Order: sequence, then C-alpha cells, then structure tokens
Amino acid sequence: MSKTSSLGNRLYRGEISFDIVDRRRTWYVLSAVFIALSIGTLALRGLNLGIEFKGGAEFTVPVSNAQTADVTKAREAISAVGHEASSVTIVGGNKIRVQTTTLTIKESNKVNTALATTFKVADTDIKVQLVGPTWGSEVSKNAARALVLFLILVAMFLSVYFEWPMAVAGLIALTHDVLITVGIYALSGFEVTPATVIGFLTILGYSLYDTVVVFDKVKENTKSITSGSRMTYSEAANLALNQTLMRSINTSIIALLPVLSILVVGVVLLGAGTLNDLALALFVGMLVGTYSSIFIATPILTQLKERQDSMKDLAKRVHARRKNAGIDEESLTAAVLAPSYVAPAGPRQQRVKKPRSSRGK
Amino acid sequence: MAKHYRPRRSLLILGLILAGLATWAFLPNRDHSPKLGLDLRGGTQVILSPQSANSNAVTNDQLAQTLRIIRQRVDGFGVAEAEVQVQGSGANTKIIVTIPGATSRSVVDQLRTTAKMSFRPVVAEDYGSPQPAPSVSPSASGKPSAKPAPSANPTPSVDPALLKPPIQSKTLTEQYANIFKALDCATSNSVDGAKPDDETQYLIACDKDGAYKYVLGPALLSGTDVQSASAGLPQSGAGNWQVDLTMTTSGAKKFADATKALYQQKAPTNQFGIVLDGVVMSAPSVNEPILGGSAVISGSFTAEEAKALSQVLKFGSLPVSLSVDEVQQISPTLGNDQLRAGVLAGAFGLLLVVIYLLLYYRALGLLATFSLAVAATFTYLIVIVLGNEIGFTMTLAGIAGAIVAIGITADSFVVYFERLRDELREGKRLRGAVDHGWSRARRTILAADFVSILAAVVLYYLSVGSVRGFAFTLGLTTLIDVLVAFMFTRPLVYLAAETKWMNAGSGFTGVSPARLGVKTHTEVAQ
Repeated sequence: MSKTSSLGNRLYRGEISFDIVDRRRTWYVLSAVFIALSIGTLALRGLNLGIEFKGGAEFTVPVSNAQTADVTKAREAISAVGHEASSVTIVGGNKIRVQTTTLTIKESNKVNTALATTFKVADTDIKVQLVGPTWGSEVSKNAARALVLFLILVAMFLSVYFEWPMAVAGLIALTHDVLITVGIYALSGFEVTPATVIGFLTILGYSLYDTVVVFDKVKENTKSITSGSRMTYSEAANLALNQTLMRSINTSIIALLPVLSILVVGVVLLGAGTLNDLALALFVGMLVGTYSSIFIATPILTQLKERQDSMKDLAKRVHARRKNAGIDEESLTAAVLAPSYVAPAGPRQQRVKKPRSSRGK
Repeated sequence: MAKHYRPRRSLLILGLILAGLATWAFLPNRDHSPKLGLDLRGGTQVILSPQSANSNAVTNDQLAQTLRIIRQRVDGFGVAEAEVQVQGSGANTKIIVTIPGATSRSVVDQLRTTAKMSFRPVVAEDYGSPQPAPSVSPSASGKPSAKPAPSANPTPSVDPALLKPPIQSKTLTEQYANIFKALDCATSNSVDGAKPDDETQYLIACDKDGAYKYVLGPALLSGTDVQSASAGLPQSGAGNWQVDLTMTTSGAKKFADATKALYQQKAPTNQFGIVLDGVVMSAPSVNEPILGGSAVISGSFTAEEAKALSQVLKFGSLPVSLSVDEVQQISPTLGNDQLRAGVLAGAFGLLLVVIYLLLYYRALGLLATFSLAVAATFTYLIVIVLGNEIGFTMTLAGIAGAIVAIGITADSFVVYFERLRDELREGKRLRGAVDHGWSRARRTILAADFVSILAAVVLYYLSVGSVRGFAFTLGLTTLIDVLVAFMFTRPLVYLAAETKWMNAGSGFTGVSPARLGVKTHTEVAQ
C-alpha cells in the first residue's frame, strides 16, 4: 500500500508528473495506428458474426466426455437426415455444438432427434436455437438506433453539464473506444453475438462514465483559471489528469476484476456462451476506455480549448509572466503549478514564490 | 450542510427502506427467490413477429386477438407459468412466448399454425362434465340462451387417447357418439388445448369454460364471411352488452340460408357454434331467419366477454401471420449450469474487488465492503419484489449486468475516497476532509451515474429480449449505487471519522496523514 499510496501522494502534489497533454502527438499516432489497423482488418476480414446475425440453427448436445470422433459422428448424423453442418465444435470438453444453415421447425426437429439418437441423450436435453434470417439485422438495427439516440442525449448532457468542447472530446474518445474494440474482434475472429453487442453498448456507457470523472476534475482545476496567470489551460488539465490518475487506475482495476472473473468462470464452467461473449467485449472495451479518457479525451479537449480567445490570452499572460520572473519554462515541473503546492524548503521555492508585489501580471 | 448533517438519520431511513423491502420481498404466499429467466432454468422461448397480410401496421385489435389465440394454445400445453408477452411497439412489436421446463420440440409449430374460426350447426349438446344431479338447471352465465336440461349419461368405455380434441369425423358413427358421451371437459385439456379444426368435418368440442360440450356439424360459414363485428350496449340503452355482426355479401347469403334452416329446429339444434381453434367460443340460438346479413348476438355478456367475442368474429383466425424470429430451447440441466456459473462469477468477482479494496484502502475499504454488501442486498430484494409484482425475470445477461455494476458501484467509493485523501494531502483534518471531500465527490458521482443510467434507459426502450434484461439490471444497480453512496457510505465514513482510532493515524485506517505524506508543519499550520 505504501508504495502505491505514496505514488498517489506524489502525483497529487505534482512531485511526479506525466506530461500527458504535451505528448499528445504520441498518443494520437498510437491511436491512429490502432484505428487504421481496426478499420483495415474490419474491411478485409469482417466480423465473425454468430448465427443470431446470419440466421441458422445451433444445437448443443451434452456428452460426458467429448472426443474428436464425436465431431465426425455429429456430422454423419446430420448428413443422414439430409442436412449439412456448417460447423461442429467441442465446447468446454462436455458439449458438442453443431451449427447449420437456417432450418424450418420441422427440419430442426428431425436434426434434433438424429443427434439425440446418435449421442444417446433425451430429445429435450439438447439445447436448440433457431434464428430467422431477419432477426439479426433487427438486433443490429435496434442497437444502431440505441447508439444514435444515446450519443445525442449524452452530447446534450455533456454540453449542459460541462461545455461543448468537453462533449466533442468525450464523443471522439467514445468513437475511438468502439472502433478499437470492434477492430480487436475482427482481428481475433471472436464470434459476435447479441451478448457481444450488449458488451459494446455497455462500453459506451462506461467509456463516458470514465471520461466524465476525469473532466469533472479538469473543470474544477480550470474553474477560475482566466482570472489569474499562473498556468495555461493545458497545464491545468494535465495536472487534473495526474491528480485523478490513481483513481483511474483503481477504478479500472476494480471494474476489470469482476469482468475477469466472468471470463474465467465462463471459460472453465461453460465453455462458451453469453457470459464470455459479454465479458470479452467489456474487458477490451474497459481497458481502451480508461486509456482514451486519459490519453485521448483530455488532450483533444485542451486543443479545442486553447483555440478559444480567452485561453489564448491566458497562455500569453502566463508565458509573459514567467519570462518576467525569469523562469525557465522547460524546467517547470507540475509540482510548482499545483494549487495545493506546499513549498518545500530549498532554493527552488525562492524562484517561484516571489512576493506578490513583484509577480508579473 | 456539514453543520446540520445527521448521519444517523440517514442510516435509520436506509434501514427502514431495507426492512420494508425485505418484508415486501418475503410476504407469505409469494416467491421468496428471484424469478429466473428461461436460460437459467430451462425451457423454450420463441420470439415471433406479427405481420399483417396486407403489409399494413398490425392494429391493437389484431394484436389482442393474436395474443388471445396464442395464450389459448400455450395454456393448452398444460405448463404452469407459461408466459406470453408483448415487447416493443409499431413495426417492432414482438411476441415473446416463454414455456419453462422441458417441453416437447413440437410446441413451436403449434404456436404459429393459423387458427380458424367457423360457424357450425349444433348437433348435440351436453354438460361439459357429468352432473351429480340432473335436476340442476344450467346457469346462463355468458350463454346466449337457456338450455334444456340434458339427460344423465352413463359413461361408455372409450379409449382415452381418442378423447383429445378436436375430435373429428366425416360422419357421425356410433363410436363418435360414445366418445361424445365419455368426453369430460374438466379433465381433458380440450378447453384450452386448442388446435385448428377441419371445417369440412364433424367436430366434438368443449366450450371455452368447459361447462358444455357439443357435437357440431361441418361449417356453414367461415371467418372470411364476416365483414365486421363490434361490441356495444343496445341502442335502447338498457340491457346487457351485445355483439353486432355484419356479413359480407356472399356471407349474407350463406347466413340467410343457415338461419332459415336453423330457426325451425328444436333446441339444442337451433344453435350456431362459433368455433375458434377447436373451441366453442359461443353458441347463440337462432330466433328468426336473418336475411339482411347483419345480426345481433345478445345474452348476459359482460363488456369484456362481448369485446372478446367481437374480436373472435372480426378476425376469425390468427389475424396476422407470425414469423419466427428466434427459438431457444434449453434443458433444465444446462439452465442450472448457467445459473451456477453466473452466481459463481458474481461471487468470485465480488471477492476480488473486496480484497483489492481492503488492501488499498484498509479501514475505508472495509466501509466500502459493507456498502457493497448493502447494495447487493438491495439488488437481491428488489429483484424478488419485481419478479412478484411485474414478472421481472433474471436472465444470464441480467446477472452479467449486475456483475459489471459491481465495478460502477465500487467506483463511487473510489471517487469519494480519493477526494477524501486529496483533502487530507492538502493538510485538512480528517473531519473536514470527510465533509469537503464528499461535497466535491458527490457531484462527480451524480454526473457519472447519470450517464450510466442514460445508457441503460436508452438500451431498455430500444431493444428486445436479452439486451433488455441487461439494461434493466444495469439501470437498477446504478440507482441503487446512488442510494447506497448517499445514504450509507457517506454517513458511515462520517461516523468513522469521529472515532479516535481513525484520527489516531494508524496505517490500517487508510487515512493516515503520515502515509499520505502530509508534512507535520502543515498540520500545525491548520
């Protein structure tokens, strides 16, 4: 505890400060590469859509000890009733999952019986899922509508609660998160099911939630910034980032722990299904979401703000003051900028804390 | 706010809410555990989308009639707790049929088969079940006209397998007479167990209450002969609800012929059986020939009954076609596995979070753990109450939503604790830091939770099926998070800050000034 706690202390006082805002180009390039990679893979490989989106039938047969021979047995059983399995996989060591193209209910009952006879289980022990060809597109359509409405509402909320640059920066970060998460799905070839879509939609909420917490600190630090000339908007925002860094890290760990637990338990006990699909999307999305709140949202925000006239004036005043006071801007640490800065004894204090009368304005 | 802050009152109010909720959840004669979704206990779920034949939007009337027919069939499967729900509206309307437990694989087919409505002449009529004494006169509830007292009937021996309605035959033989006599509407599932009947054959059927059974001739008119039907009170204003019926041009001719023939008959053969899906919905007797093609069915109808009958007449059959969007059949064993996995994942995730909170925040982490426990209790109780009151079911996606919410709930504490520590780092004493930190953290918690709830509400209204369950749980747990943070965590931390131990600065408190690197001279400066 003492280590992390003291890191938190030093971050708060600015003794350690990461120049996140200044190095925004690095983050932009990094994210641009990831996004380009995502879009590229998406265009080339596309997503591995589950039968919920393509339409089709899926049968899950419980067996005591699944072996590779069972896969062949399942294929033969299905061809015997005049259909073809598009995929047969062993799931979790004790289930055989068979997927076929769309079947009518009568056909599905036939396949069901054939599988039950082959693997000597009761008809009703087999899990059956039949999906009509239009269902998937409806699910996606609903999700898309939900997305658009949510974005509009959130943009309105952020503009009212914060200000429009924050709304823009928050939404850019959000788009970034979703693009990269979808890209990882394309790259890894993990199946996209309705549960995955739920995961994506949750990421939207989470990503913004995280950004709101960071922006709230930025808002607090920059509340009356233009009335003084101590630091520029970017510097204040960077300080806010550093001050909330421990919270961001803690929150991410705490949010990821349960998701990790879903993944592990899901894989060990169930093999595949709703839990895993959901948890995987969340795991990736939350990681990217935390990253973007810090490294993308806030740097974009500072760029937008620094364009405003009042902030340009502020930056001019700050630089002028520092020049007058003979402060080397390069060596300036965030420590001396912190509002709560408690000056340690030493020569550096003298350099900054001039008597009020001689402070440049 | 700090001056008038009363932490004990907050805790008391929260305790009362919790006690009230617990009482509500554990009322006698109710389920005392959450209602589980189909994916957790096994069963069949079918999602159907109704489509009108002429590609117009499905009207509310059509939907009501479709639901009635589907319910009738679902009830016929004889499974307790089977449910028919409507989700969405307009073009997005979905009918979700849930039948728990292990069910036959043929149910889906039966659900969407087109129902048929027909007018059949009554050939014979009797009580639905053997009567103890023949002198009891039949009640007229819902029946359009009085019935002659049927004679007592000795039960002939008939293979029970033959007694599954609809019982149909091209000609009425002796055997069918025996089947009619043996049919007991109370024991067979014939009242609800509706299946489409063949209009060209004779039919043995029960009425919808199981009070009477009928032998009916081949159909005289079919559903397509009816132009419109409506329920209303008589124009004179006095009397019971009635159903007005108008035939199509060709229907009017058939109706005229049929009524001419029927009104001369003696009871019970002067009646029409209005048959839907092999069940007699009503059997009005014909008092006079009706030549103009419009008729009134009167009797001791309630408003509800008259409306239902008019819908049966108007739409005749399944008024819309149903396409199957999704079928899921899950065995109870697999459902149980999923439930176990979901609960285990939740418990394991909670444990990890608690360990982390305790390691990082020490005593504060313990308070956070209590808060999480209170939030979890709240969620559990509310899910039970909602299950009983509005039929909310917990699905696997819902459990996942609740597990994800652990993170969001714990984050509220993290935001508060980090603020509190920031205040301490600035040299404030614990009491001041607890108050000031809260007033700052409060805003952040509300803003962040608002975004979360926004996401949940939008998802809930724009989705169907499992996404909905997930959104509901996420929204619910976020609201509970706000409640617990304000009414439990905040007062608890406030009270803890009053204890000597927390102020003594031990490393285990999580708020030790020394550990937070507060310099001694700043303490003095305060």
